[in-house]
Amino acid sequence: MKALKWMSAAVSTGAAMLLAAGLAQAADKLVISNWDGYMPKDLPEKFKAETGIEVEVAVHATNEEIMGKVVASKGEGYDVLFVSSPFAEALNKLGIAAKLDHAKIPNIANLYPEATQLKHDPGNVFSVPYTWGTTGLCYRSDVVKSEPASWNDLLKPADDLKGKTTMLSTDRWLMAAGELAMGMSVNETDPAKLDQVKTQLIETKKTLLAYDDTTFYSKLVSGEASLVHAWDGWCNYGIAQKPEIKYVIPKEGSDLWVDTMVVVEGSKNKDAAYKFLDYILKADNGKWVVENIMYKSPNKAGMDALDKAMFTQYPNMAITPADLLKYEQLRDLGDGMKAFSKVVTEILSAK
Amino acid sequence: MLPGLLWLGLLMVVPCAIILVTAFYERGIYGGVDWSVATLANFVRAGEWLYLSIFLDSARIAGLAAILALLIGYPAAYAITKSSARHQTALLFLAMLPFWTNYLIRTYAWIVLLNPAGLINNFLQLTGVTSGPLPILYNEFAVILGLVYNYVPFVILAIYSALQRLDPSYAEASRDLGATALTTFWRITLPLTAPGVAAGAVFVFVLSIGNFVTPDLLGGGKLQMVGNLIYDQFLTARDWPFGSALSVILIAVMLLLLFAQALAANRARGEGRSHA
Repeated sequence: MKALKWMSAAVSTGAAMLLAAGLAQAADKLVISNWDGYMPKDLPEKFKAETGIEVEVAVHATNEEIMGKVVASKGEGYDVLFVSSPFAEALNKLGIAAKLDHAKIPNIANLYPEATQLKHDPGNVFSVPYTWGTTGLCYRSDVVKSEPASWNDLLKPADDLKGKTTMLSTDRWLMAAGELAMGMSVNETDPAKLDQVKTQLIETKKTLLAYDDTTFYSKLVSGEASLVHAWDGWCNYGIAQKPEIKYVIPKEGSDLWVDTMVVVEGSKNKDAAYKFLDYILKADNGKWVVENIMYKSPNKAGMDALDKAMFTQYPNMAITPADLLKYEQLRDLGDGMKAFSKVVTEILSAK
Repeated sequence: MLPGLLWLGLLMVVPCAIILVTAFYERGIYGGVDWSVATLANFVRAGEWLYLSIFLDSARIAGLAAILALLIGYPAAYAITKSSARHQTALLFLAMLPFWTNYLIRTYAWIVLLNPAGLINNFLQLTGVTSGPLPILYNEFAVILGLVYNYVPFVILAIYSALQRLDPSYAEASRDLGATALTTFWRITLPLTAPGVAAGAVFVFVLSIGNFVTPDLLGGGKLQMVGNLIYDQFLTARDWPFGSALSVILIAVMLLLLFAQALAANRARGEGRSHA
């Protein structure tokens, strides 16, 4: 591989030659970790064609999995991580997330103004938002007797929906469904309030088909489930296969989730990492990413370039940043995590 | 010998030691371990009813899986030993065949079979046996089914090898002396193959009690076994020390069982020799 880089350098002009040589020496490739299927498959190739930088994509199934990998080793071996915002916060507090040099990411200007002032990281000091959206109810409009409108339609399902619903079991979202239904903050840590949520969620558990964080949309498509707790983008995967599937944000509201890109402080390829972030933030790449993964992007230029037909097919894509920002963002719970996790264990192990 | 010991030391003893040490410290707020103060708190916490009940529940499920695996595995192994030598190889091969497929894929296959819109339910409704889908997925039944299915080959192998070692003249003598086939099996064959039965049962129990994939997929996440609890401590709860403490307890339970089984097997072998 190195030989190839040298060869291509040899045919370039003097300045480019030096640059490419420098790259080949700094070596190596950029290692990024992202959720499987959360960016276009050919992105590494296209990025390489444009910048000459090779990208190795590691995949993680959950935020927690990649956190487990990088916390002990301070991120050794990785250059760019895709994580949800509370985890970006934790990475920052652990000193694993680099302070971003905005001069090296000029395309950051493509973000919506709202995306630069998110509560977890105002001014994008250590993270750049990649996608954002809501968590709500995804359902088969041809099967449910009445259209769901409230979290309670999931938590206290009508008789015909019992055994036909699923909930996310990822701790923060599981609890958020109950918290929102009861008008609490999605970052609640007060034990008495968490207890109240717990009681409801244990009741709800008896009515569930299953907890499902990864295949809920296919359960809707197959008809196993009629109403599922879902992230908007993944509901779109269901809509793509079956137009009768619809998504609704319950009237009590949603959380605002933000998935971000973080550069690892210990990265030996920081410049290449910045180039990668900048590449993702380009207008046409932003558009390409959204078309591929069907999640909303905070990349204004990219969203503006989208074919508006997408908004008709997937109405949740059309929500404005101003409306998104009305919802509370999940924040890292810090020391509150211990009591919070115990409550979640109590729910998941309840009979 | 030395490379083997090194292998065992590096890949087995050292990781276990790390888990053991970690279990005596506090969690770091953002994951990892706070090495400042040693504590027994994680073990005390593991004794809380919430966690204890998860342990007991896992033991119950693993025990049921072991018993069912024996009930299926023993007749299967018996039938294999009774068939011709050429068929034996083929039958053993068939029993082992599922292991060539990834555990996850085998488990997903059960989801395809059992789900409310799946093959079994469709068949039952089509033939008019049931009028609606049976709830046979995402519950304890499905979890136990998955465990038994995945681990029954171990039981077949263990019991097959015990039956193979059994001198057929014992059974012949028993029949000559007028015992019925049933009595012969009950009084001669079964007791003499008890070590194989114990080995198979302990194997299934130990593998089942620490399993977390099956409860997650076939149980629909609705039931927690110790394996899920430990997984969640390391991943979602960011509490490595508590997860380590739970692991230490689980490993201790497993070791104790394996040790007891080895001891019993040794004694049985000693007795067998004195009889001969």
